[in-house]
This record gives sequence, structure tokens and C-alpha cells, in this order.
Amino acid sequence: MATQHSRSAARFMMAPAVILLLGWMLVPLVMTLFFSFKKYLPLRGDSMANGLEWVGFENYVRFISSSSFWPSISATLIIVGGVLLITVVFGIALALLLDQPMWGQGIVRILVIAPFFVMPTVSALLWKNMFMDPVNGFFAHMLKSVGMQPIEFLSQHSLLSIITIVSWQWLPFATLILLTATQSLDGEQLEAAEMDGASWPSRFIHIILPHLSRAITVVILIQTIFLLGIFAEIFVTTGGAFGTKTLTYLIYQRVLESQNVGLGSAGGVYAIILANIVAIFLMRIVGKNLDA
Amino acid sequence: MGRITLKQVTKTFGDVNVIPPLDLEINDGEFVVFVGPSGCGKSTLLRLIAGLEDVTSGVIEIDGTDATHLPPAKRGLAMVFQSYALYPHMSVRKNIAFPLKMAGIDQQAIEEKVTSAAKVLNLTDYLERRPGQLSGGQRQRVAIGRAIVREPEAFLFDEPLSNLDAALRVNMRLEISQLHQDLATTMIYVTHDQVEAMTMADKIVVLQAGIIEQVGSPLELYNSPANQFVAGFIGSPKMNFIGGKTAAEHKAETIGVRPEHFILSDKKSAGAWEARIGVAEHLGSDTFFHVDAGDKGILTVRAIGEMGLRHGDKCWITPDKNRIHRFTADGKTIGK
Repeated sequence: MATQHSRSAARFMMAPAVILLLGWMLVPLVMTLFFSFKKYLPLRGDSMANGLEWVGFENYVRFISSSSFWPSISATLIIVGGVLLITVVFGIALALLLDQPMWGQGIVRILVIAPFFVMPTVSALLWKNMFMDPVNGFFAHMLKSVGMQPIEFLSQHSLLSIITIVSWQWLPFATLILLTATQSLDGEQLEAAEMDGASWPSRFIHIILPHLSRAITVVILIQTIFLLGIFAEIFVTTGGAFGTKTLTYLIYQRVLESQNVGLGSAGGVYAIILANIVAIFLMRIVGKNLDA
Repeated sequence: MGRITLKQVTKTFGDVNVIPPLDLEINDGEFVVFVGPSGCGKSTLLRLIAGLEDVTSGVIEIDGTDATHLPPAKRGLAMVFQSYALYPHMSVRKNIAFPLKMAGIDQQAIEEKVTSAAKVLNLTDYLERRPGQLSGGQRQRVAIGRAIVREPEAFLFDEPLSNLDAALRVNMRLEISQLHQDLATTMIYVTHDQVEAMTMADKIVVLQAGIIEQVGSPLELYNSPANQFVAGFIGSPKMNFIGGKTAAEHKAETIGVRPEHFILSDKKSAGAWEARIGVAEHLGSDTFFHVDAGDKGILTVRAIGEMGLRHGDKCWITPDKNRIHRFTADGKTIGK
């Protein structure tokens, strides 16, 4: 089938899509790199038309020497790590529970998946106003009803609160992927292990967990990609205060609140580097699961 | 010791009664084959003995002690599954060692047992491979290896050969029989293939719809089937059943004659039935002719390899008088 002619025709026909995708990725990347080496303060009259001043690595140095930089990196990693931990652990637990035959299984499964369909802004607002509000929130009412002082979640336990909100959103995704993996486990393997004298915990460790390892890898990789860029949840709840300023949020502040496009672009390049470091680590740790 | 006794065991799934009250005695060291058409409850029966399903009522005794409510691991039985159920992420060595590891045996003893099991089963060169890198027959042997290291009271085989090709199946059949000779442990073997049952069993249990139709040695079942179902199920090709006038001559509703108990001839002789040759199946050593015997229907007849008869030829078939099985209207055998 693949003659010389059909192959070059295929290449020719794929070209528009490839060029479009490449342009989509390359143009913003090149522009970010370009701006990161320029002084670009729109409110001070800088503009593309007037020509931008080349400042070398000054933006990079300023971004990294800012007192907010390292805290933002650690906040990012804590949030990503926390959410991954919670979604994977509870995702496995929920997947195993939902795999059991029970009455109303279909409806229960839809309910479990529902949070994933709620937009991030909406779910963050729901949590902020309905649950975590220290005056009107559900938790505050609960605590007050037993005579305790309401907790100001978003200011006192800001990172934990954001991790909770984001985990609530991503748990359905993890559960869904892990549930399908659980369902593909051969029942005879579990029965064989049972005959071999394996108790439930050892069946879980020796049979179920290795079977799920590939799905867990997929969950971790996909979630990390999305979690490094979470924004709406922070914007809506704390606005970056109380130590919840992630790298993404810091870049947003530099570009839009300080109106410093050059500095923000330098931050963007750091974000690309951070994402790649995390990706390499993840691939090293879990990537071997994908080969087998 | 592996004496297994089933007393009035029943099993129902919801409203469906899979196994009506059933009694069965399996003696120590016996090779027992459960055979029957698919859906007859033979696998369910095996799973009840294994403890993978709970009995609805009745008692299962292993070596005289009540094991009805014991968990599978405590019954001292090992099972080989149809899909082999090997653990895909473990090497062959770890697969075989798994039951020993679960029993908490020390590493040195595990090592010895695995090595000797691998030697018995010709798996020594494959110990470090994963199940995915093995052929069907090797996987089968790993599954058996995982069963024998436990030194169980009895082995349970659930259609273990149905995923293998024909040549390998014959090989594994021999290997399992050999294993039974060497270990002298009770084996319970489930199959729908009557050839496997005939060749391997000390005792065959023929099941239909959860009911035991007959229990006996292969030749007992072959020579004196208790009813028409067993007569038709045991033996290959199937027994010929003839009704109507011919059966009435023998004072029965139906008579049965096995293909090998006919004498086929191209010359007329006393007591012979006239027939016309139809399709012939040449196996080399034997030839099976499907002959049209008029009002007696289409019959299968075994003849020697070279017969010289062709499609459409007239022939005469003589049933062996001592080998005619007689059945009543409800399928029971009428005594001689």
C-alpha cells in the first residue's frame, strides 16, 4: 500500500494540520521568549510600535530574586503533590468500592463523576461560600452547633483548603480511570490468589496494585500537567494571598497587576523549565510502568 | 489424604437451582473427572468444593472434617484455572513461590521447592520469564507448578486444556496423568470433552443439569450406561439410537448400538440391515461411514481403513447382538 507516491501524498495532505499546530505552539513560545528579553511596561508608554528596549537577562534575574519566587515554587509543588496523593489514594478506594455489585450502581457512578463536570470557578465559589465561609458556611454552622469557634479555612489553612477543593474536582477523573482498570482485572487471578492463601491485604498489594500501576501512572501524568497550571481556584478563593501564590499566579500578577509584560514572560519561561523538570522526574519514576 | 464427601449439597443462584441435592464420594488418590455438556453445573460443583462459592445447603467434608464454611485457603486444595490465572507482573519463579510466600515459609525452603517443582515440570530455563513470554503449554505447566508446591490434599482442574491446540492437549493429558501417578494425590478434573474423561479418569461423574447421571469407571460407563444420556455422551462417535419397529422387536422404546459394534459388509447375511453408503470419514486406521438405513434413519458405522465402498453403494450392516443397549421411553436402560 505504502508506495513512494502515496507516502508523499500523505505528507502533503498532513502538512496544513502540522503547520497549524506547530504555529499554534511556536508563535506564543517565540513571543514569550522575545518579550522576556525586553523591557515592556505598557502603562509607561512601551509598545511594539515604538520599539522595545533590549535588557538581556535582567527580567530573569529580577523574577528569580523576587521574595515571592521560591514560596511560589513550593506552593505549586505542595498543591500538586497534595492533590495527587489524595486523588490517587481515594481514587483507588472509590474504584474498588464502585466495582462491587450494589443496588443503584449506575446512579451512584454518575454522582461520583459529577464534580468533574462543574467548572473550576463554580466549584471554587461553591466551596468558598457554602462550606468554608466562617459566618455562613456549612462547616462553620457545624462547629458552632457543638459550641466551637468557626475556622477561617481560606486564611488559616489556605493551602489545605485549596488542595481540598482541587482534589474534589479531580477525584472523579482518577476514580473513573482507576475503575476501568479495576474492571479489567481477571477475576480468576483474585480467586487463584485466594486459593493460594493470600489475605485481602496481600491480594491488594500483590495482585490489585500491580494491575493498577499503569492506570495510576496515567492518572499522575495527566493530572500533573493540568495541576501545574491551576489558576481559577486560587483567583476565586484567596486571590493569591496567605501563601497560595503559585508560579502561574505569580506570572499572572506580574503581567496583569504590575503590567510588566517582560517580567511575566521571564516567569513564563521559568514555568516551562519547571514543568519539564517535573515531567522528567515523573517519567523516570513511573515511566517504566508504561513500557511493560 | 484427600477424601472428599459431598452430602446433600445444593446451590441456587437467585431463583435458578443450579445443583439439586447431590451426594458424591471421592476417595483418596482417585482421579475423578466431572464431565457433562456446558452449563451442566460441573464447574459450579468444582467451585463449591474449592470454596469459591458458598453452598446453599448441605455439607462438604474433606478428610472427614466439615469444611463447608472453611475459606478456600484453609481447605488444603489447589486449583488450576481454565485461563491459568497466572500473575502477569511476576516472574515464573515468583508465581510458583506465591502460595509458599503467603504461607510464610522461609526463603530457603521456598527456593528448594520452586526449583524441584520447576525440574519436574521442565520449567527450569524459564524461571525468570514473565507469563506473557511463555507459550500456552508452558503457562499451563506454571499453573500446575503453582498448585503442586503447596502439596495440597487434592488438585482441582477447571477445564485446564481447553485453551491449548489439539496436539498439545494430548501431550498435557499424558503429563497430567503421569503427575497423578507420581504424586498419587486426589485430582478432580472438570471437562466437557468425553475423550479427556475416558483417557484420564479412574472415576467419571457424568452430570446433566446439576444431576449426577452416573458414576463409574470409564469402561463401566462405556459398557453399561445407566441411561440414554450417558450412552450418548460417552463414546466417540456417538451411539446410534434407533426407535420404532426395530426397537419394538427388542421390546424397548429405543435401542442403541455404538458405531464400532456394527459389522459392515457388501454381502447380504442373516440378521443384517440393508443400507446405502452416505458420507465417509477416513481416519486412516478407521473409516466412519454414515449410512442411510431406511426407516432406521442415518447410522454411523465404523469399518476398517480400506473398505472399497463408495458413496451410494448398497451395503449390509449387522449389529452385535450382545452389544445392543435397550432404553425405556424415559431414557432408562433396560437390564439384559
